[in-house]
Amino acid sequence: MSLERNRLTHAVLNNTPLLLFALMFIVFGLEAPQSLGYQSLENAFKQASYVGIIAVGMTFVLLTGGIDLSVGSNMYVSAAVAGLAMQHFSVGPWLALILCLFVGAAFGAVNAFAVAKLKIMPFVVTLAMMVTGRGIGLMFSKSRAVNFPDSVTGLGSAELFGLVPYPIVVFAGVVFCAWLLLERTAPGRQIYAVGFSKEAARKAGVSTDRAIVTAYVLCGVFASLGGFISVAQLGNVNAGFGKGDEFDAIAAAVLGGVSLFGGAGRVFPGVVLGAVFIQAVSISLVSARVDLYLHPLIAAAFIFLAVLIDSLRNTYLARLSRRNIRVEE
Amino acid sequence: MTEWEIEFDRISKSFFGARALSEVSFSVGKGRTLGLIGENGAGKSTLMNILGGVFTQDEGTIRLSGKQYNPSCPADATRAGIAFIHQELNLFTNLSVADNLFIDGFPRIGRLPFIDKRRLHKRAAELLSFVDLHVSAGTPVEMLTPGERQLVEIAGALSRDARVIIFDEPTTSLTAAERKRLFDIIKRLQDQGRTIIYISHTLEDVLQVSDAIAVLRDGCLVNTGPVRKYSVDRMIADMVGRRIEQMYPARSTIPGSAAVLEVEGVTQPGIVRDISIKLHEKEVLGIFGLMGSGRSELARIIFGLDSCRTGRISIRGKDATGSSPAASIRKGMAFVTENRHQEGLLMEAAVSENLDLPSLRKFTRLGPARIIDRSRALKFANRIAETLRIKSGPIHTQKVRNLSGGNQQKVVIGKWMLAEPGVLILDEPTRGIDVGAKYEVYGTINKLAEGGVGILYISSELEELTGMCDRILVISNGEIRAEFARPDFDQEKILQAAFSGRAGYRTPSDNSGN
Repeated sequence: MSLERNRLTHAVLNNTPLLLFALMFIVFGLEAPQSLGYQSLENAFKQASYVGIIAVGMTFVLLTGGIDLSVGSNMYVSAAVAGLAMQHFSVGPWLALILCLFVGAAFGAVNAFAVAKLKIMPFVVTLAMMVTGRGIGLMFSKSRAVNFPDSVTGLGSAELFGLVPYPIVVFAGVVFCAWLLLERTAPGRQIYAVGFSKEAARKAGVSTDRAIVTAYVLCGVFASLGGFISVAQLGNVNAGFGKGDEFDAIAAAVLGGVSLFGGAGRVFPGVVLGAVFIQAVSISLVSARVDLYLHPLIAAAFIFLAVLIDSLRNTYLARLSRRNIRVEE
Repeated sequence: MTEWEIEFDRISKSFFGARALSEVSFSVGKGRTLGLIGENGAGKSTLMNILGGVFTQDEGTIRLSGKQYNPSCPADATRAGIAFIHQELNLFTNLSVADNLFIDGFPRIGRLPFIDKRRLHKRAAELLSFVDLHVSAGTPVEMLTPGERQLVEIAGALSRDARVIIFDEPTTSLTAAERKRLFDIIKRLQDQGRTIIYISHTLEDVLQVSDAIAVLRDGCLVNTGPVRKYSVDRMIADMVGRRIEQMYPARSTIPGSAAVLEVEGVTQPGIVRDISIKLHEKEVLGIFGLMGSGRSELARIIFGLDSCRTGRISIRGKDATGSSPAASIRKGMAFVTENRHQEGLLMEAAVSENLDLPSLRKFTRLGPARIIDRSRALKFANRIAETLRIKSGPIHTQKVRNLSGGNQQKVVIGKWMLAEPGVLILDEPTRGIDVGAKYEVYGTINKLAEGGVGILYISSELEELTGMCDRILVISNGEIRAEFARPDFDQEKILQAAFSGRAGYRTPSDNSGN
């Protein structure tokens, strides 16, 4: 077995997002050079930031081997609660943000409790929460749109030092915190361990429940933060707010190399590139005047490619670790 | 006067009335290596599981360094300084070597929650250099070979400062160089005052690394003493001995001459080499092999669950090389796997549903929809349940989960009887069922053979094979080492053949033959 060839295969399989990104640069650079200018990249980052934040949260859950379908509804409920508090109790924007994050965390905690303690499958739990959350949000808002004051929408278009748009700053902050947590703290490494094998993690003395709860609560917090950023850009929350965003977040994470089997994937650069990638592709497709009807198909093709590589990676790793009976020398 | 690290004092343990260990007493000296040997089912694992806190003994006491030791869970054992290096390694291959070593206790930066990467890598590097593994601490485990991974696991035991390290069959997939390295490490561990228990079927290895030997047979300690008193032959003689006679139902048929299964020169690198088998109708052909000899893997290849690189397989004269399991079933082969819970049964479904499953095709009504005639299916299932005397409530409502182990196994065999196969592969068909139920399973197997089925009977229970089979093939190190016909059955000779591949495969002359 040649270690060199192993290294190369590993490098390819573990850096899918970078390769996809490079591929996109080459293709669109040739087809539509103007789509890769500074302005359109800034646009891509800005548009990617709210889905990106949610995708970072989603990454925690995917790493444990779970999935969270309720993030879209979470965004809706937490933003609606924040907006209603501002309307009815004249709460300031910062307090509203804290309230929003708190609701998000509570949402995640319910998921965590059902998955870790009641041992219900994540798919089912979060599907139920997706429906429940939407229902609660509609009840609170009486299905009317909730408008946000200028104090919030001002944040959406403001720029730090007049240079970097705030959504990008927040996105960067979230990515840094998540990176620090996952790479540099014990609970972070243990999330990877749990995602690889819950049983093995338990045997090694890891508290699997704690890892799972951490992941779902953080996912809830980041979902509500992403929702707040989105509101700051849109100005109001209507009944369809956040619908479908769960799938964009999952797509961004998967494109970023996070494995749906759990235990593999990185926030930086992976998930960041995954989130920007989706936006960059759609901006480029517009500027290259590609038929609008083809856009979803092209996006789907990329996602398919990412999932396919994930699957190949797992097959390859399984083959590497199989123990032989005979030693052939 | 030796200082004892571990003292077992009259340890007994029963499972559901069956004695697994009876009054086992022996001691292991501090800084010594004990080679623990015995056939499969002799009680080695039970004893080690008691030491590891997985089971609790019914009677007897264990002392560690003279102090009473009563673990109630595996974590207690870890805290007491006992580490297991299992055959199946317990590593997170998605994480780095350093992460694996310290997953339950990362060094941190002061009181901050952050991992101190410098210290982590430094400590990991120290452990790795002790076990002679020269890779960087940040290397993902998934890039290491099986041998290197094992060294990581040993380093992990050291990171938890284990005083007692138990190796269970550690050399199975190691190259000659890796083996030598492992033995050097074991020497060094001993020099540090750590105590080793070394369990293996590779008897020459046991002789090489151990200071003392303990032999278990049928849950009893047969013999223990310093290694200089032992040779491979004596070890085998001690392991076999005489034991309580299990009764086997008499066979009334003799094998026919028509071959129902032919395997020719099947080779899969790293698994099996040049396997040829001819199974006749009405024949019960035993395949004996020790743990990790390739016996179950061979069955999987024959049935089509795994592939083989070269060789031919044919079922009742029809070529079945590279068949899928579904195709193998259609050609008349059936396979009873060794883990009936995971692979053989739908535990939540009724007995009748399990029985009918492989033969649903037979019970479909005419017409394009091919709807299943449930009453006819149930009638057939009932007939099988009666023939096999499956003890169960009404078979269309009784869940398989609530049956006893023996009756579950009868359901597994019964479902293939209903499918009327020409070839039946049984892998450890009596594992985990009690003596009375075993007898009935044996009777069932005979009945099938009388009906013309050729049976490939894979087992690690030598006693059982000599009682049941017309012929026995011995597999070791993925190759067939010997063949015995019924009149020549001799447990000691068969066991010697089973050990031969392992003991011999590093002598130079044998190596060239590989």
